[in-house]
This record gives sequence, structure tokens and C-alpha cells, in this order.
Amino acid sequence: MRAAALRWPLPFETSMACAACLASAQAAQADSFLDAAGPVAAAQVSHLRLILILMAIVVVPVFAATPWLVRRYRYGRARGDYRPEWKFSLLFEVLAWGVPFLVVIVLGTILWERTHQLDPYLPVAEAKAPPVVIDVIGYDWKWLFIYPEQGVASVGEMAFPADRPVKLNLTSDTVMQSLLIPRLGSQIYAMKGMRTQLNLAADGPGRFEGRNTQYNGKGFSAQSFTAVAMRPGDFESWVAQARAQGLPFDEKARAALEHKGTKLDLRHALGMPDGTVVHFAAAPTALFDKIAGMKETGE
Amino acid sequence: MTDWGFPFGRLTLDAIPLSDIVTAHGRTELLSGITGSAAAGAAVLGALVALVIVTWKGWWKPLWSDWLTSVDHKKIGIMYIVFSFVMLARALAEAFVMRMQQVVGHDGGGIVMPEHFAQLFSTHGTIMIFFMAMPFLTGMINYVMPLQIGARDVAFPVLNSVSLMLTVAGGIILMVSLVLEPFSTGGWSGYPPYTEAAFNPGAGPDYWIWAVTLSSLGTTFTGINFAVTIYKKRCPGMTLMRMPLFTWTALCTSILMIFAMPPLTIATALLALDRYLDFHLFTNGGGGNMMNYANLFWLFGHPEVYILILPAFGVWSEVFSTFSGKTLYGYTALVIATMAIAVLSFTVWVHHFFTMGQSANLNAAFGIATMLIGVPTGVKIYDWMLTMYRGRVRISVPMLYALAFLFLFTIGGLSGILLANPTIDYQTHNTLFLVAHFHNMLIPGLLFGMIAGYTMWFPKAFGFRLDEKWGYRAAWCWIFGFMGAFFPLYALGLMGMPRRMADYFTGAWLPWTVVALAGAGLIVLAFTFLLVQLRVSVRDRARLAVPVGDPWDGRSLEWGLPAPPPEWNFPALPRVEGRDAFATLKMTGEDLGPPDDGYEDIRMPKNAVLGPVIGALGTGLAFALTWYLWWLALPLAALVPVVLIAQGFRRDTEKVIPAHEVRETWRAFRALAARTPRVSRRAEYTRDNRGHAIPMPQEAAE
Amino acid sequence: MSATQTRHPGLNLGSNHQSADDRAETEVFGFWVFMMSDAILFGLLMATYVVMRPNTNGGPGPHDLFELKSIFIETMLLLASSVAIGFSHLALKHEDRPTKMVIWLVVAMALALAFVGFEIHDFLKMAGKGGVPQASGFLSAFFALVPLHGLHVSAACLWGLAILGQLARYGLDDGVKVSMVRLAVLWHFLDLVWIGIFSLVYIGGLA
Repeated sequence: MRAAALRWPLPFETSMACAACLASAQAAQADSFLDAAGPVAAAQVSHLRLILILMAIVVVPVFAATPWLVRRYRYGRARGDYRPEWKFSLLFEVLAWGVPFLVVIVLGTILWERTHQLDPYLPVAEAKAPPVVIDVIGYDWKWLFIYPEQGVASVGEMAFPADRPVKLNLTSDTVMQSLLIPRLGSQIYAMKGMRTQLNLAADGPGRFEGRNTQYNGKGFSAQSFTAVAMRPGDFESWVAQARAQGLPFDEKARAALEHKGTKLDLRHALGMPDGTVVHFAAAPTALFDKIAGMKETGE
Repeated sequence: MTDWGFPFGRLTLDAIPLSDIVTAHGRTELLSGITGSAAAGAAVLGALVALVIVTWKGWWKPLWSDWLTSVDHKKIGIMYIVFSFVMLARALAEAFVMRMQQVVGHDGGGIVMPEHFAQLFSTHGTIMIFFMAMPFLTGMINYVMPLQIGARDVAFPVLNSVSLMLTVAGGIILMVSLVLEPFSTGGWSGYPPYTEAAFNPGAGPDYWIWAVTLSSLGTTFTGINFAVTIYKKRCPGMTLMRMPLFTWTALCTSILMIFAMPPLTIATALLALDRYLDFHLFTNGGGGNMMNYANLFWLFGHPEVYILILPAFGVWSEVFSTFSGKTLYGYTALVIATMAIAVLSFTVWVHHFFTMGQSANLNAAFGIATMLIGVPTGVKIYDWMLTMYRGRVRISVPMLYALAFLFLFTIGGLSGILLANPTIDYQTHNTLFLVAHFHNMLIPGLLFGMIAGYTMWFPKAFGFRLDEKWGYRAAWCWIFGFMGAFFPLYALGLMGMPRRMADYFTGAWLPWTVVALAGAGLIVLAFTFLLVQLRVSVRDRARLAVPVGDPWDGRSLEWGLPAPPPEWNFPALPRVEGRDAFATLKMTGEDLGPPDDGYEDIRMPKNAVLGPVIGALGTGLAFALTWYLWWLALPLAALVPVVLIAQGFRRDTEKVIPAHEVRETWRAFRALAARTPRVSRRAEYTRDNRGHAIPMPQEAAE
Repeated sequence: MSATQTRHPGLNLGSNHQSADDRAETEVFGFWVFMMSDAILFGLLMATYVVMRPNTNGGPGPHDLFELKSIFIETMLLLASSVAIGFSHLALKHEDRPTKMVIWLVVAMALALAFVGFEIHDFLKMAGKGGVPQASGFLSAFFALVPLHGLHVSAACLWGLAILGQLARYGLDDGVKVSMVRLAVLWHFLDLVWIGIFSLVYIGGLA
């Protein structure tokens, strides 16, 4: 009806292109998995690219043919023939079912393979050293990282040596939560009475933002932490410092953790100055086992 | 001593949003209190204004006897859609406030407190799914489907009214929660243990439980009603494979409703047992299992997505065919694809929680099943494109939505395929990427479809077209508003921004949230334009009138009826010889009237009060249970079976419309048609279009 | 429409059922569809029970709580009531007068009420041994499922009473006939559900 009606694909495509450019430009500033810092996230990015390329086979025809159809068969200025009873073509039918089906077969095969490859329960394939085990307990609204081998624990900071992968055992002392460190890789739920696992690794030293992504109340926004991949020596001294200067893991510490509050509130409760990280000079592994209970998911 | 909760149960003055202002510490709390109070005030004011107007104009009696107690499927359909517009207005306002908060909350603070924000996303989701989308499509099916199959009403007209009133009852409960806070903060999916009494003892999750339960009961009955109508009430000759595609999608949606609503009923009922009677079904301790809830909820939740989208697919089929002046391409393929989607929708629910720690085998299997749905959906897209091929495409308002849909829905499908991959989902789950994806499916897919259908069938229901100028304006705003509001969310999701976040300190997110806010603003404008369009159209109804009832050169039976159609729809049950029944009839110059001696008395169901009564009982019961008003809940619950038994004793349920009255009405209509000039499609959007169309093939041949 | 087109199998042998036939066609079919939806409800509760069955939380388990003897009696009562409702339905189909139908309906209701009575007795006994729904996930799932069936049976009895009331008021009219056919469907459905409960909850629990 209107002249305006024909203009519509252009702004749309422009905005898509802008969105894509900006996304990649900005990604470095916000912690995005597109800016991968570990083998898991890198594999996810490459999988993402592969899917986008394959999906172009079914998407591009829609984008290309729709404007063409509208132009060619537009009422009042049509150039193509008019066949009001035309309703079937074997060729088109085979293409319409066949091509998407083939694409799904290919994508499905890749999906099967990648899902197994990137199973968060499996050790990171690229890793050469044995993993650092960290037991993670989700509280309202902070994470407690327990290092059973090192005998320390921390809140708000997940340190690990960059040359070793990490194996996280997760549980929650409260409602369901989900732990994600975008630049390193996958997320997994933490649930009370259950133990879930997540294997990650970093390419090299660095600081990566991590957080809970499952809404769990008013402190949800503040439930973030920093994953710090350290040079091996630095990690050793981090552990030593935590052992030497960390707080005791006593009833007071436990009560403060269980109390609903952010990591800031926890610092206040434990009498720590602002801007410091709460370290404990003990690894309450028994506590983790108690909260996680006996059940395990997904074997 | 039993506590009967007399008189106020656990209701206290704190429940009134104004109390948040009184107790506010700091700017954000104050602003939050003001926002909440303003919303509550608007709700109360809106209700009061409505009451005053109805009283002032003396509309109570017609409202009661012509509408609320009516069991006419057409009126019930209209009431559903009016209701969904009201709820859309509220949920849209909430969306705007949330977008605003994510702009001003980038350094903490903002205009709403985190818990207020959580209520906003919970009500927004709950309303949009259960009280906007579902009533909209139910209303559309209610109005159109019986006409398309040549029936005089649905199979169970009184049950239809009950379904409507149960849905409205849920909506009322949601509106009440605006005035007597709080609503749930657990999102539209209400995951325990967060929604358990141990973590959320307040009234919020109870509001959610009862509102959703009322809606799910209503929807189950609707599904049964529609399915039986389509199976049993088709006119002679209307075989299944001759039904219009919209009716096919209505059938598939009904079947999904019958099978997919019980899991939701179970999930909310068990959660209620946990909360009210200390059961341990989903609790953290005591042997509860929260993962069972996730399974039950998504066993409903995923088919629900297709309950929502299939009727819109039906609308698209009608739109592409009608506005291309051509029969639908690949009818059989579209039917098969619709059925395939319906069946597959039950096999994919685990993809909503790939991150719960299942084995890779299970995740991969569900991931592939999810991608498989892309095949029939892709077929549909291609078939609609092929419907335009060799046609004569008119970019009418519905067609504009349809073309935007083709592009945008394809993008949404692409992001859906991405999310179907567990490896990608491990990153994008719980982020705004997911939020962008499902809005991308539901706004261009479902909502555009519903608005297109509303634009297309409005003249059938009211006898005049919707003003096209405002229609185009609204459509463009919807399209660009959607893109502005949701494409940035894809970027934000990829940048790791979680959903449901009230405040943040990542500067890189801010520009995107600003763009999204602008997009949300455009959407609000689009909705306003729809209201303006309605106002203008009512004002100019003489110019826009299409009394002969076929303004778009329609193809299915409903276009052969006057606009608006008489209560009894068809003067005699039509006899159908093939697909596109009315298009065929038009080409031979015939109409739906019977031969002269073919008029018979028509029996139509009488009005029934059961619907409004059940609705009132449902509202009262839900409110009483939420606030622990046991003294009220008990008698109301006892009244339900009493009312149902009383309904069983009703005998005088039908009225007879005499044959001569039918004959006169129909003859008058045919006389009107005879003296109304027929118009070509060129004049479709002019005042010459009185609803008497020259069939496109005849026009092309001239 | 015409009498020959739609003869409902539940009604077609007695004296003139024709007007009831037309109604039965849609109403009984609709009721079957409703039963299908209800079946999903029970199916999911059974699945929930199976999932929750090991979660006894240190409380009493099936072996401590279930007594096969009284379960057996309940099963027999319910099956007998189903036979009775079958006779009642047959009487509706073959007899001109409602006498036999009423007698068998009353018998069916009495047996069903006895079933409910036994069931309540069982529940109370379970509660006496600490088997309350609050005790564990297993018991929560049990009490979400089994009493719901009992509630359905009680509702069916109430419906039977309502039908008797309608019969007294209006005689054996179309409404009563079609209600009776639907009630019979519900009755047999509840039997099936009970068989599911019996095998899955009780036998499965004790296995």
C-alpha cells in the first residue's frame, strides 16, 4: 500500500550488522566467553561459529528470497505470473524438508560429539597437569571456595595455578544457584543435598569475573567473585598467606556465612576491612560433604 | 484453638505499597515505594473509573446479560481479547520500568529495589504468558474456529464461559497483588526451593500459585472444549483435511493444552502442599527433590511454547494466503509440520536445564530432539514464502507483520538452534541471550501473529475495518521497537549479563541497556498507537464499515457471513466440497444461504451464570488462601461442588430461534450484498470497500 | 441430526434414546477427553512417587506402613463397585424403568464409600506409626497421590447422589441418561487408576 513498505529490510539489516560489530568490539571490556581465556570457552566459541556458518544454509534463502518474492509478485506491479491454484511442487517440497533435515543431521552429529567433549564432568581434555580440586558451597549471596589439598578456603576469590586445570565440586547451602565464569567456560547448577561438578582451565594467568546466574533473592546482583589464574609460585604464596593470616573457620565464621548477606556483609560480620578478601586458614571439607549429602547427580 | 484467620488473616498494613514510602531509607527505596504506589494507584483508579463509567451509562444490565453471562463463542472470544489487552498494558509498563532500571541501575541503586524488580519480572512473565498470550490466542480461536468449521457454537458453551472466568479470576488475583503486596519474586517459572516457605514465607509465591492454577484449570477446559468442537461439530463435508490451517493449529494447540496443562497443575499443587501443609516434595531437606519440579514444570513449559506459537502459525497461514490472493502452498506439508511440532514439543523439556548436571548422553539426546523441531518449523517458513510465489502480494497491515515475522522469527530460530546445543547453553543459560531468544520467538512469532489476526478478523467481529494509517504506524513501531529492545539483549547475553539483574557495575553493558530502553519506548508507543487506532476506527466506523463481511477477499467460511455475524452464525449448516470453501463459493457466485425451503428453527444455548459464579468463587478462594483467611476459604470451597450440582439440575438451557427470523435476517443480508458494489483489491483500503470482494482470480482475468 | 447417523453405544438399546443420543455423542466424548487429561495428572503423580520412593528421610518406609490385607479388601470393594456400576449402566441401556439402574447405582456407591472408609482407616493407622506426609519426601508423594484418588471416588459418589436427585426431580430424561453414562466412564477410570496405585505404590513399594 505505502511506498514506505518497501524500505523495510534495510534498517533491519543495518542494525543487525551494527549489533554484531559492537558485540565483538565491546566484548573485551565485559567478561564475555567470546573473548575466551581457556580451552572450554575457546571450544564453545568455535562451536558457535560453526553453527552460525551451517545455519546460513537455511537462513540465507529466507533473507534473500523474501524481498525478491515481494518485489516480483507485488500486487499492482507484479512481473511474475499469477497462478492462484498453484499449491505444490515436488522439488520445493523435497528441498524444504530435505535441506533443513540434512543441516540438522550435520549439526546433530557435531552436537553429540561436542556435548561429550565438553561434558563439564570430564577433566579438561587439553590439560596436562592434574587438576586442583576446589569444593564450592553457594550461600546467600556469596560463594565459599574450599581447597581440601591446600587446607585453606576463601570467599569472593577463586585462586588457582594457571598451569593446572580446576575441578570444582559444587553444592549449595541454600536455594539453587548456578556458577559461571564466562571467559573460562561452562556453568552448572549448585543444589543442596547434591554434588555437581565443573571442570575448567585457563590459558594463562589472568583475572576473570565469575558469578551466580540463577536468581536467588535481593543480594543476587552482588554474588560475584574473581577467578584468579596465578603463576605457580604466586599460587603457592597465596596459599601460604591464607594459611598464615586467614581467619579460623569457627562457629562464628560459619554463622556469618549462613547469614543472608553479600560478601561485603560477611566482611563486616567478621571484622575485616573493606576491599580485602576473606581467607580461612582451614578447609571445612566435612561441611561440604554434609551439605552435599550422599546424592550425586548424573553418573 | 484453631486460628480461623478472622478477619484479616496475615494481611497487615505493610501489604499496602504506600507503607514502602513511609518506611523508606534512602533514595532508591523511596523511588521504589513511589513506583509501586503509583502502579497500585493506577490499578485502583482504573477499576474505579471503569465502575463509574459502567454505572453512569447504565451498562450494568447489558454488561451482565449480553456479555458476562453470554455463552456465545464470539462474545467470549471478544472478552478474552479485551482481557488480554488490559493485561498487556500492565505487563508492558512493567517491562518499561525494568528496562529503565537496567539503565539507571548500572552503578547500583536506580528506581526500584532488587526485590521490587524481582516482583516486576515475575509478574511480567506470568502475565505475558498466562494472562496476555493465552487469552489472546484462546479468544482468537474462540471467535474464528467455530466459524471456520461451519459450527454454531463450541461443543460446551457453558464450559467455555467457565474457562474464561477462571482465567479472568487469575488475572484479578494478579491485579490485587499490585495493591496488596507482595507478589512472588521467583520468576514466571517459580522454581523451588526458592519459592518454598523456608525461603519465601510471605504471600508472594501463594499469589503466583493460585493465579497460575486458576489459569491452568481454565486452559485445560478450553483445550478439551476446542478439541471436541473440532472433532464433533464440523459441518457436513468439512473433513479434517479440508479444514483451514488456523483450525488445524487450533486443534493441535488444544491437544497440547489437554496434555501439557496437567503437569503445571501438578507442579503448582505440589508446591502448594509444601507451602501450606509442610510436605517435602521440593524442599531442601526432608527428602524433597527440587529437580522433580524442574521436570514437571518444563514438561508443561515446553509444550506451552508451542501452545502459544501454533495458533499464530495458523494466523500466518491465513494471512499469507489471503493477502497473496492465492491458495496456500503445501497444505498437507503444513498440517504434517504442525502435528510434528506438537508431538516433538513433548520430547525436549530437558533443554531448559542442561546445566543441572545430567549425563552428556541425556543432554545430547534432548539437544538433538530440540534441533529437530527446527525442521518442521523451517518447512513452514518456506511454505509461506512459496505461498507468495506466483501470487499477488498486498502489503496490508497483517502482511507487514507477516513479512517482519519471516525475518525476525528466522533470527529467533537461529538463536534457538544455538541454545539447543548444550555446549553453547552452558554459556548462555540464565543470561539475557536466552531472554532475547524467547522474546524473539514470542513477539514476532506470537504477538505479531495475534495482532495480525486481530487486524484481519476485527472487521468480521464488529463490521468495520481498523484504520490502516494507524495500523501501519503501530506495526512499524512494533517491528523497530522489538529490534531495538531485544537485539541488544543478544549482545548483553553474549557479554555475560545474567537475566533478572537489578543493578550492576559493568560499564560495557550500559550502552546496550540504553538502546534496549529506547526500543522498549518504541514498543510502548506501538501499543499506544493500537489504542489510538481503535479509538479512531470506532469514531470513523461509517467510513470503515464493511457490512457485507468480506473485506479481504477471504477464503474460509467465516468471510461468507455478515459482519458482525448473527448469533447463530450460519442460516443453515453449510455443505463443504473442498478446501478454501468460501473462495470456491464466491467464484461460482453463490452464498451460504440454504434453498428457500431450507430454513429451520435453530436451537441456541441460553445464557448461564455458572461462569461468572465460578470466576467469583475462584477469585475469592485464591485471595483467601493467599492471605490465610480460612474462615472465608472454607465456605467458598464448599460452595464449588454445590454450584456444580446446581448446574446439573438446570434443564431449560436452550432457546429456539424461529426459522422465519433466520430467513428474514439472511435475506436482508443478501439484499444488502446485492446492492453493494463489489470492489477490487486496489480499493481494499478505501471507503469503497464495503466488504464485497471481487475474487482475485476474477480480477486478474479482467 | 438423524437417528441413524449417531447412535451412541452407551444408550442405543433401550426405549427411545434418540435425543439423548445427540447429546451423548459430544458430551461423553468430551468426558473421555477430560479423563485423558486426568490420567496425565495421575500418571505424573505416580512418576513423582517413583522418584520419591527412596527418600524416606530416616522415617518409616513402605514395609513399616503398608498392610496388604486391607489393601486387598479395598481393591475388592472398588472392583465390586465397578461391577455394580456396570450393571447400573446396563439397566439404563436395556430397561424402560429406572428401578434397577437406581438399585445398582446405590450398591456401587455404598461399596465405593466402604472403600473410602477403609482407606481413611488405613491412613489413620499409618499416621499412628509416624507415617504422616510431613515425615519424608516418600510420604509426601504417597499422600499427594493416593488420597487424590480417594477424593475422586468420593466426588463420584456425590455425583451419583446428584444424579439420583435429578432422577427424582425430572425422571429418566436426557440429562440423567447422559450423566449416568459419564459417571460410569469416571467409575471405570478410577478403577484403572487404582490398579495403577495398587501395583505401583503398594506392590511396588513392598517389592
